[in-house]
Amino acid sequence: MEGIKDRVAIIGMGCTQFGELWDRSEEDLLVEAVHEAFEDAGVEPKDIQAAWLGNARTAMRGAALAIPLKLEYIPISRVENQCCSGTDAFRNACYAVAAGVYDLALVVGFEKLKDAGPERLRARYLYPDLFPQVPLGLPAQEFALKATRYFHDYGLSFEEGKQMLSRIAVKNHHNGTMSPKAHFRREITIEQAMKAPMIAYPLGLLDACGVSDGAAAAIITRSEIAKNFRGDYVLVKGIGICSGAKQAQLRNDEDLTHFEENVRAARMAYEEAGIKDPLKEFDLAELHDCFTITEAITYEDLGFCPRGKAKEYVEEGVFDLDGELAVNTDGGLKCFGHPLGASGIRMIYEIYKQMQYKAGPRQRKNPTIGLTHNLGGTTGAYTVSVAIFGQRD
Amino acid sequence: MLGIISYGVYIPLWRLKRSAIASGLSGEKAIASFDEDSITMATAAAVDCFQNIERKSIDGLIFASTTSPYLEKQAASIVAKALDLRRDVFTADTLACLRGGTIGMRIASDMVKAGSAKRVLVTAADCRLGAPDSNFEQDSGDGGGALVFGDSSEAIATVVGSYSISNELMDVWRLPGEAFVNTEEDRFIEEQGYLKIVEEAMSGIMHKYSLTSKEFAKVVFYAPNIRCYRTLVSRLGFNSNQLQDPLFDSIGNTGTAYPLMMLIAALEEAKPGDKILLASYGDGSDVFILETTEHIKNNSHRGIKLYLESKKVIEDYPKYLKWRKILPVDKGRSVLIPKPSLKEMMRRQEEVLCMYGTKCKACGTIQYPPQKVCTKCHTMDQFDKVRLSDKKGEIYSFTVDYGAGGIEPPIVTFTDLEGGGRVFCLLTDASSDEVRIGLPVEFNLRKSYQEIIPEYIWKVRPIRINK
Repeated sequence: MEGIKDRVAIIGMGCTQFGELWDRSEEDLLVEAVHEAFEDAGVEPKDIQAAWLGNARTAMRGAALAIPLKLEYIPISRVENQCCSGTDAFRNACYAVAAGVYDLALVVGFEKLKDAGPERLRARYLYPDLFPQVPLGLPAQEFALKATRYFHDYGLSFEEGKQMLSRIAVKNHHNGTMSPKAHFRREITIEQAMKAPMIAYPLGLLDACGVSDGAAAAIITRSEIAKNFRGDYVLVKGIGICSGAKQAQLRNDEDLTHFEENVRAARMAYEEAGIKDPLKEFDLAELHDCFTITEAITYEDLGFCPRGKAKEYVEEGVFDLDGELAVNTDGGLKCFGHPLGASGIRMIYEIYKQMQYKAGPRQRKNPTIGLTHNLGGTTGAYTVSVAIFGQRD
Repeated sequence: MLGIISYGVYIPLWRLKRSAIASGLSGEKAIASFDEDSITMATAAAVDCFQNIERKSIDGLIFASTTSPYLEKQAASIVAKALDLRRDVFTADTLACLRGGTIGMRIASDMVKAGSAKRVLVTAADCRLGAPDSNFEQDSGDGGGALVFGDSSEAIATVVGSYSISNELMDVWRLPGEAFVNTEEDRFIEEQGYLKIVEEAMSGIMHKYSLTSKEFAKVVFYAPNIRCYRTLVSRLGFNSNQLQDPLFDSIGNTGTAYPLMMLIAALEEAKPGDKILLASYGDGSDVFILETTEHIKNNSHRGIKLYLESKKVIEDYPKYLKWRKILPVDKGRSVLIPKPSLKEMMRRQEEVLCMYGTKCKACGTIQYPPQKVCTKCHTMDQFDKVRLSDKKGEIYSFTVDYGAGGIEPPIVTFTDLEGGGRVFCLLTDASSDEVRIGLPVEFNLRKSYQEIIPEYIWKVRPIRINK
């Protein structure tokens, strides 16, 4: 079994402003993101041989991409895998390119979430998330249930637990101020985060990410021919993705203080990329901070810190922009925003720009290897993707 | 021979201080929570009957109420499913009439007597609404009572006899589409209705069975309010020690359920060999003579007394009005969820209404909702059904969802059950202050959070009574 390591290169990327884009249409966002990627790669629309569209809720079938861009009569697949939709679309495109079926493929992540109200985020009688006993499936409650149990299992008082979460929110807001395309660009204080209105106990408003519109795009090719397009291409080192089978809801011996899907997806990606010591080897990571607690638990699941030590590591600044392993350098979902299908590609966009030293004031010094992570779904039945990228040797 | 072989009661946790409605009023009334109705209360009362009899032995179920959520469609079929009764159970509703509870008792008695059924469960519940600030609102209360009729050999009280009067009078009524109960002028309806008819029915049955008022250890009768109760007492001439406490100060008039609940209160105090006279009222009257047996000593039920002690008193009248949707509720940023798929509800009925989980025959893991392939050992289609609604549990984790909108922010939990099983469900009858990991809980049927169509689910609540 051969892995994907070093076989596929990213040669161009684009990303729109994320946010509440009341005055911009689906067409506006898709054309802008994809054309930024075309220009970045120096390719023409007619050069694209196949395309994948990652979208969780708001666009249907390949035509959603073909129509605005006038990509005529090429294979286009729409990929839905909740918050991993973008990364999963990217994964499928990588495999097709690595197989030698296409030389040049386009991947787009996209969501126009704000046109509809919050019902877009709600699951009711939607297979496989059928919850007759709890008809209102709001994302905040999902992750609040984890926070309550995390605080309990590691003996954190409400105050102590909230301090850890607030520290993560403050960090991501700080990074977001240096990220021109981010949805939210303002500093917040620990006190503001601690005292923000409760949305789902123990999570407050500032523990939650933005609900946003946005699109991001990548153009990939086989690594052997990448240098024909540019010198500073970025290599795919490994991709792991997996789905839970509802174990944490069905079994009393499952805990809620970790996401097994995180552990498994990371293991796949680490093996493929040859990562042994994640904290030391990764220079930066884009984690799925839909809620601050998700980022905290993910540090532990991905081996960035030992179990139960997220608070210590966060408070020591390990994951700050100038820390040992910078997490969410562009503000994360928290501040860059979270248009579901676009987020995975947006994360790759940040890693890509960092590796090309184009990240402006938030530029890391030595970004040789980085990671993106997405998590979506419901307790015990999440889909998680972990992708690893490296600078060309 | 015929008798009552089991009984059960349900009084909602919540009591509204009457002084919250208007200063100077005394006592409190039992009020159903926003997620309760006559179906949920009738189910809870019936569950209390199963402390000493097996639910699968029930041959008939009669649901009585003036507040069924349906004008067309049976409610008893929902109660029967929630109670997980047999498929071949006979179900009937006795609706609209205030004496529906005792009508159910007569039908059940006659079924057992005729031999068409061995055990018939009658469960009555009401949640009647008076216009804000009306006398009716002050007097009424919510609750449920249930009785099981069966063979006298196992009876706690035998049915000595019964007698009924039908009487046509426009005294209390509610038309389709109306929320509040209408009444005609007090003095007219009391003199020409309640006082006259109950007195006539009581003397009718005593004459029929050649009994005198002195022979009854307890006299139990419906009364719309305390004033009518006192007037009737003064006319009937019973001694005060013969009279059942009408509990107006603690529950209120619970409509069709009231005669059953007061009878159960009397049974809780009774000694073997006591004769009890029971009378209802509503478009006439049904009267029963009962005589307790030795079995009355074996009381395993939660019953009236324990449910009365288990309470939370509120003095927040606007909260009550919101619960009843008399005051509009701010939906906040919540959005209407599409109505549930009725096809889906049918397919998942055993899971949702009976609260069945599956227990793997190979590895013993209990799983909810039911699975085709075992989560632990991956064995396929080798499961026993397990009813989880009668299991107790502990909160494993929780959140209070302030973003969900609606009347109260829902408390969402993962609850781990005794003997295995984890259920994602809502916690009800609890405030955000008292919920904690490890809180002992039990199941209670409730209305679903949405009310687009009546839909029932099992929620957990803090254990009210350890019985």
